[in-house]
Amino acid sequence: MISKSTRNIIGLTLGLLAATGAVAAGADLGNTTKQATNWVAIAMFAIFVAITLGITKWAAAKTKSAADFYTAGGGITGFQNGLAIAGDYMSAASFLGISGLVFNNGFDGLIFSIGWLVGWPVITFLMAERLRNLGKFTFADVAAYRFSQTPMRTFAATGSLVVVAFYMIAQMVGAGQLIKVLFGLEYTYAVVIVGVLMMCYVLFGGMTATTWVQIIKAMMLLTGATFMALAVLWKFGFNPEALFAKAVEVHSKHDAIMSPGALIKDPISAISVGMTLMFGTAGLPHILMRFFTVPSAKEARKSVGWATTWIGYFYILTFIIGFGAVVLLIEAPELYYVDGDLAKGLKGGGNMAAIHLANAVGGNVFLGFISAVAFATILAVVAGLTLSGASAVSHDLYATVFKHGNADSASELRVSKITTICLGILAVFLGIAFEKENVAYMVMLAFAIACSANFPVLFMSVLWKDCTTKGAVAGGVVGLISSVVLTILSASVWEHVLHNPKGSALFPYSSPGLFSMSAAFLVIYLVSKMDNSKQAQLERSLYPAQKVRSETGVGSSSASGH
Amino acid sequence: MNDDIVARIEANPKYHELVHKRNSFGITLSILMIIVYYGYILLIAFNKEWLATKLGAGMVTSIGIPLGVGVIIFTIILTNIYVRRANTEFDELNAEIIKEANRK
Repeated sequence: MISKSTRNIIGLTLGLLAATGAVAAGADLGNTTKQATNWVAIAMFAIFVAITLGITKWAAAKTKSAADFYTAGGGITGFQNGLAIAGDYMSAASFLGISGLVFNNGFDGLIFSIGWLVGWPVITFLMAERLRNLGKFTFADVAAYRFSQTPMRTFAATGSLVVVAFYMIAQMVGAGQLIKVLFGLEYTYAVVIVGVLMMCYVLFGGMTATTWVQIIKAMMLLTGATFMALAVLWKFGFNPEALFAKAVEVHSKHDAIMSPGALIKDPISAISVGMTLMFGTAGLPHILMRFFTVPSAKEARKSVGWATTWIGYFYILTFIIGFGAVVLLIEAPELYYVDGDLAKGLKGGGNMAAIHLANAVGGNVFLGFISAVAFATILAVVAGLTLSGASAVSHDLYATVFKHGNADSASELRVSKITTICLGILAVFLGIAFEKENVAYMVMLAFAIACSANFPVLFMSVLWKDCTTKGAVAGGVVGLISSVVLTILSASVWEHVLHNPKGSALFPYSSPGLFSMSAAFLVIYLVSKMDNSKQAQLERSLYPAQKVRSETGVGSSSASGH
Repeated sequence: MNDDIVARIEANPKYHELVHKRNSFGITLSILMIIVYYGYILLIAFNKEWLATKLGAGMVTSIGIPLGVGVIIFTIILTNIYVRRANTEFDELNAEIIKEANRK
C-alpha cells in the first residue's frame, strides 16, 4: 500500500519532470502517507507558534492605521526586510522540492535553484528603488501612478488576486500533505491550523507580525539548512569531490547524477521557463509589497541585496543537502526507505529527503526542529500571500475604485481585516477541496501570470513615457489570459490534470512565459501607440514628474506616510 | 509633489547625469546577468556532453557543477555590486540634486 503510493509519487513526479521541465515539481509534495505522531516536532512547532503569537500581540498594539497594517509603518530596516523577503520566497516547496530533486536526479536540481534565483538581480537593477519611490502600499500604486485609477487598479488587483490564489492553493495543499507526514496529523486539521494561525498573524499583527514571522522562519531555515550541509561536508572532510564520488558510487543512476538529464528537453522550453522564473519573481504581489515596508530607496536596495544573498546561499545548501541524503540515507535503509528496500523509494515520498537527512545527522530532536521549520515556512509564506491579497482588495478595489480615494484609514483597515478573514476561510476551503488534486502546476502558473500580466504593466508604466492606461490594461489582460490558456493547453494541465491522452496537448512547451509575456509587451506597445485620446496625452505629460520621483525619491511617501 | 521642484530637478544637469549613470549601470548588469543565465541554460540545452566533462582525470565532479554554483555566486555578487554603488555614489549625487532643488 505504502510502496504503491510511493511509487505513484515517484512516477507522478518523474512524469511531471519530463512534462513540465520539472519546474513545477518545486511545489509538488505529492500525495503523502500519514506517519506516526511526532511529539518532538509538535513541541518544537508549539514553541514557534507561542513565540510568533507573542510577537503578534506586540505587533497588534502597534497596528493602528491602514499604513501600519500594510507596511508596518515603513519602519523595517533593509537587513530585516532582506531576511523577510528571503523568508517569503524560500518556501517549503523549494527546500524539500529542490533537495528532493537533487536526491533523485543530482545535477538537475541545480538548474532549478539557479532559475529561482536569477529574478532577484532583475528586481534589484530595474525595480526596487522605483517601486519604493513611487509606491505606498501595493504595486498597483506604482503601476497606476499617472494613469486612470479605476481600470488600472481593477486590473492590478485582479492580477494580484489570481496570482495569490494559485500560489495559495499550492501552499495549502503542500502544508496538508507535509504535516500529515511530519507530525502525523490529519490533512484537514493541518490545513485548518495553517488557516487559523495565518489569520491570527495577519488580522491582529498586520505587516509587522507577518514580517517577524518571516524573519524568524528565515533564520530557523537558514540555521537548520546550514547545520545539515556542514554535517554532510564534515563527514567528507569538507571535500565536495569526496561527497560526489560516494554519491555516484551509491546512487542508482550512478554517474548520470553528475550531468544534466532530461530536465531541459528543448531550447524554447528552456528559455520560456527561464523567462517565467526570471521576470515572474518581479511580478509577485506579496514580494513587491515588501518594498513598501522600508523607509527609503536605499533600504529597499539593501533589502534585495540581502535577500539575494540569503536565497542564493540557501540554494547552494539545498544542493549539498540533496547529495548528503543520497549518501547518508542509504546507510540505514530500514529507517528511511519503504520496507528498507532502496528500490521502493523513501518513506513519505521523494520530497522527504531533507527531512530524513535531518534525522540522520541530528537525531530525533533535530528532525523535530526541521519539521517545525517546514511548517513555519508554509505559515510565513501563506501569511504574506494573504496580506497582499487583502491589500489588493481593501486598498486598490475598496479605497480607490469604490470610494475614489475618499476612504478613511479606519474603514480601509476594517475592509482589510474582513478580507483577511474571507481569504483565510477561502484558503482552508480550497486546501481541502484540492487535497486529492495534482497542484504541481499551480506555482508555475502563478509565476507565469506574474511575469505575463503584472510585470509588463509595471515595467512599461514606470519606464516607458508613451505608455497609456488603455495600452497597459489591454496588454495586461492579454498577458493574463494567454498565460492561463496556454498553461491549460500544455501537458502539465491538459494531460496530467485533465487526463487527456499523452501527446495531445496543443501547447508543446513547458511554460507559456516566452509567448504570453511577449504578447503582453507587444499589446501594451501597440495600443499605447495608437491611443491619442485626451486622457493619453495627459498621461504622457505626467511622465516627467513621475520619472523625477521614481529616480530621486522626491515627494515619495517617506516612511510610508508617517 | 511641487511642480517647481520637479522643474528645477529636470533643469539640473546632475539629475540627467544620475539617471544616465544609474540606468546604464543597471542595464549593463542586467544584460550580463541575462547572458550568464541564458548562456548556462542554452549550454544545458545544446551541449550536455561538455557540461558532463570531468574536472580532472579520476575525478567524478563535472564541469557543470562548479559552473552552476558559480552562476549562483555570480548572481549574489552582481546584485551586491549594484546595491553598493547605488547606495554610495549614486545616492550622494541624488542627495545633492535634492538639496539644490530645495535651496533655490
